[in-house]
Amino acid sequence: MVFEKVAEMLAEKVDCDVSEIQAETKFADLGIDSLDITEMVMNVEDEFGIELGMDASLETVGALVEKIESIVDKK
Amino acid sequence: MSFNIAGTGMYVPEKVITNDDLAQIVDTNDEWIRKRVGIHERHISVDETAAQMGFQAAQRALDNAGVDKNELDLILAATVSGETVSPSTACMIQHYLGVDCMAYDINAACSAFIFLLETAAGYFARGKAKKVLVVGTERMSRILDWDDRSTCVIFGDGAGAAVLTPGEGYQDSVFRVAGGDDVINIPQFIGKSPWFTPEPIKPYIHMEGQETFKFAVNSITSDITKIMERNGLTPEDIDHVVLHQANRRIIDFAISRLKMDAEKFHVNIQHYGNTSSASVPIALDELNRQGRLKKGDRIILSAFGGGLASASCLIQW
Repeated sequence: MVFEKVAEMLAEKVDCDVSEIQAETKFADLGIDSLDITEMVMNVEDEFGIELGMDASLETVGALVEKIESIVDKK
Repeated sequence: MSFNIAGTGMYVPEKVITNDDLAQIVDTNDEWIRKRVGIHERHISVDETAAQMGFQAAQRALDNAGVDKNELDLILAATVSGETVSPSTACMIQHYLGVDCMAYDINAACSAFIFLLETAAGYFARGKAKKVLVVGTERMSRILDWDDRSTCVIFGDGAGAAVLTPGEGYQDSVFRVAGGDDVINIPQFIGKSPWFTPEPIKPYIHMEGQETFKFAVNSITSDITKIMERNGLTPEDIDHVVLHQANRRIIDFAISRLKMDAEKFHVNIQHYGNTSSASVPIALDELNRQGRLKKGDRIILSAFGGGLASASCLIQW
């Protein structure tokens, strides 16, 4: 559920088919830079009603999804 | 009683540095800077100080307002890049103008211009001043590490000023301060004390881009929304929005979140880069001189930056 939502948001951002977004997909490979990730994080925070904080070590879609899930689970 | 903005002025040094020029000194290129930051060129001082540029902008604002310099009761200035801690930049602008009114600086980094307006409003409310000059002026090129491609491509030099006279134009304001040096830091020279033990830090601007971006967008959106809500205004009631010109992508993302008409946002970062405290008054002066400000227009100014601090205000022209 979290992955699907994140994949959908990413696909819209980079204008690609959602099937191209996998857990192991790296943001850099999608042509996404640090400020794009920040925009994503802020949209995710709104979508899930959570506070993610910035984390420069997030390199893949899966890592972002895991981080969101760990915070959502604690709520 | 608060104030009206009676006149505006701006000044940028003559020398223009393009992205291609920067590509000669750091590993960057025109396409990357345009796409990632939205800047095409910036003005860089070769011999003028922040105070001298501020003086030029001040003279133009006084001319635009039709106010004689000797009528000034107060000069407030802001800079993060002035050449001296003392005398203040306001004192040097006063010196160049050749007047003898009160003059002092306020430090609130990129959002400082609105802090100047708020401070001036207090003088008008108490009837302590009738003509006030406010100036944001920066020689950002002084505090940039020209070997650091992540920061040196972003900033530019310049000054903006306004002359304030009694009125009811300054109508509301919102301030937010979240103090700390971890996101934006401009250290001073550490000094030569033989007893002070911490390692020297390079006296250049340091920014955490992602945290700055997030603080900026959150501040702009929540502050502007708050100002509209508590004044019973809708986005349609606002004629112009002047945001601090820090990064084109901050501006674009904030506009998308505010769901406001992008045409109302004056954007000039492509020509000047981020001029810190000067960016809001420079943009305001451009709008003014282009004849785009009509009597009664509602204008929101919104800025954010080091401190961290953000400030927004509602002005009726």
